Amino acid sequence: QRIEIHKLRQGDNLILGFSIGGGIDQDPTQNPFSEDKTDKGIYVTRVTAGGPAEIAGLQTGDKIMQVNGWDMTMVTHDQARKRLTKRNEEVVRLLVTRQSLQKAVQQSMMS
Amino acid sequence: VSAAMDTESTYSGYSHYSGHSKKAHRQGRDRHKSPRSKDGSRSEKSVTIQTPPAEPLLGNDASRAEEGQDDNWGETTTAITGTSEHSISQEDIARISKDLEDSVGLDCKRYLGLTVAAVLGLLVFLTPIAFILLPQILWRDDLEPCGTVCEGLFISVAFKLLILLIGTWALFFRQPKADLPRVFVFRALLLVLIFLFVFSYWLFYGVRILDSKDTNYQGIVQYAVSLVDALLFIHYLAIVLLELRQLQPMFTVKVVRSTDGESRYYSLGHLSIQRAALVVLENYYRDFTVYNPALLTASKSRAAKHMAGLKVYNVDGNNASGQSRAMIAAAARRRDSSHNELYYEEADHERRVRKRRARLVVAVEEAFTHIKRLQAEEQQKAPGEMMDPREAAQAIFPSMARALQKYLRTTRQQQYHSMESILQHLSFCITNNKLPWAFLERYLNPGPTLQYDRDRWFSKQWTLVSEEAVTSGLQDGIVFVLKCLDFSLVVNVKKIPFIKLSEEFIDPKSHKFVLRLQSETSV
Repeated sequence: QRIEIHKLRQGDNLILGFSIGGGIDQDPTQNPFSEDKTDKGIYVTRVTAGGPAEIAGLQTGDKIMQVNGWDMTMVTHDQARKRLTKRNEEVVRLLVTRQSLQKAVQQSMMS
Repeated sequence: VSAAMDTESTYSGYSHYSGHSKKAHRQGRDRHKSPRSKDGSRSEKSVTIQTPPAEPLLGNDASRAEEGQDDNWGETTTAITGTSEHSISQEDIARISKDLEDSVGLDCKRYLGLTVAAVLGLLVFLTPIAFILLPQILWRDDLEPCGTVCEGLFISVAFKLLILLIGTWALFFRQPKADLPRVFVFRALLLVLIFLFVFSYWLFYGVRILDSKDTNYQGIVQYAVSLVDALLFIHYLAIVLLELRQLQPMFTVKVVRSTDGESRYYSLGHLSIQRAALVVLENYYRDFTVYNPALLTASKSRAAKHMAGLKVYNVDGNNASGQSRAMIAAAARRRDSSHNELYYEEADHERRVRKRRARLVVAVEEAFTHIKRLQAEEQQKAPGEMMDPREAAQAIFPSMARALQKYLRTTRQQQYHSMESILQHLSFCITNNKLPWAFLERYLNPGPTLQYDRDRWFSKQWTLVSEEAVTSGLQDGIVFVLKCLDFSLVVNVKKIPFIKLSEEFIDPKSHKFVLRLQSETSV
């Protein structure tokens, strides 16, 4: 679990450079990234090349746990989108988790 | 009375069996031990399957005397072998000659059975009339007069007898399709029942009425009426036992032809093995494509190549099992090339057939465009050029003859169609306004056996080979074989499973749906 800091780049809007999928109002079984198919969290589905997300180290398949301190595990898709694209914020701090991280944690716990 | 004779003799038409069998119930394995003096120890019989022909019932016996000869056009013969303990024997020429003598012997037995049943039927029919008439004849003066009641009873007796006559005619008066020499248990049962029944009635009548010269005529007439009623009920029993019981399907039967693996499924009810075999054969002529020995030559040549490729010399006499294993291993290694050959050969053949077929279709379509049907008015206008269908057929035949012949040769059907038959079929199609494809469908696909000339059937004499006695009923898992000279049909019986059906009620209002999305937004 790492905390990442993104810079927003302006075209005319603030963009972060990735796409999200998921939410409590969506169908979790269609999520290709989740291990547990009942997981309704927000997942990163795409990262645009050269965008601020990629520069900061975000990868596809990451599950977003928090955004700037707001919890993202139990939000609808629209609420998640809103939290990420607030106009008055320039920096977004995400708490993400990744399957490779989880496995590393488990291995370190077992050894 | 002669009408009665005709119709009562129909009992026999439906149930052919020998005189011996009438008395006994055959249970299980005892049947094959029954004394059949003419047949020797193998108990082989000949059975005749009469293919549709309208011959009167007793006239069949005359023609049956010629059976067993292969050029007898109207008949096909089935021999039934009961082999409950003995092993299955092979067909050979000797058996055909044996069939000849069997068939002659069997005629006498069948005749005997026929006459016995006819006599019984006549007796049964005349009994009530006798019951009514005898007192009148013998002691008319002592009888009490009974007026309207008796007359009413006379009328009812007359009509019931008429109904019985019509019912028996409808049920039993049928052309026999086949003779199954083994006793058909239900028919024998019924006839024994009828016999016992009538016998007991006569006994009672003789003792109580004739001896004591009963004067209560009304009672006698009512007794006769009760006999007729009981006969009607026995007729009902006959319908249920002989007809209705096997209508409900209980078994699925799989029939596989041994030479090319063509298989069909049929549904049967409760039948004995011999009757099931009969049903299978009737359906065989309709459903299975005709047996074409020319199609097997390819696989035979392949098999010959397999055997010829391995020469095994038996050096030590006792090494046989080791050698056979070595042979099979060598054969397995050799198989590499032959499957390749098979594949290419089949692909080639397929292409050749398609090409010829395309040429044939084009030629026929073109030929058919040359013919135009003349309307009635036009017929007077051009009298010189008119042709009847046969001439028209002959006129357009040459243009398609070559293509047709080549196609038939490629699909190896050429021996089934002679030029005369093709011309006939062509004129038939022209007469009935059929289009070229309708003419061609007969040649493009091999059809069922009935479509072809009898000489080409290859399947006229059948033998039923079965481990169970042939009059026992069908059970799950029974296998029997219907053999003819060139191939055999393996019949496998399976029971239709017991179906447990339960009910579920769905409220029409309970159909509700929700939308599940997985949307993706870019931020």
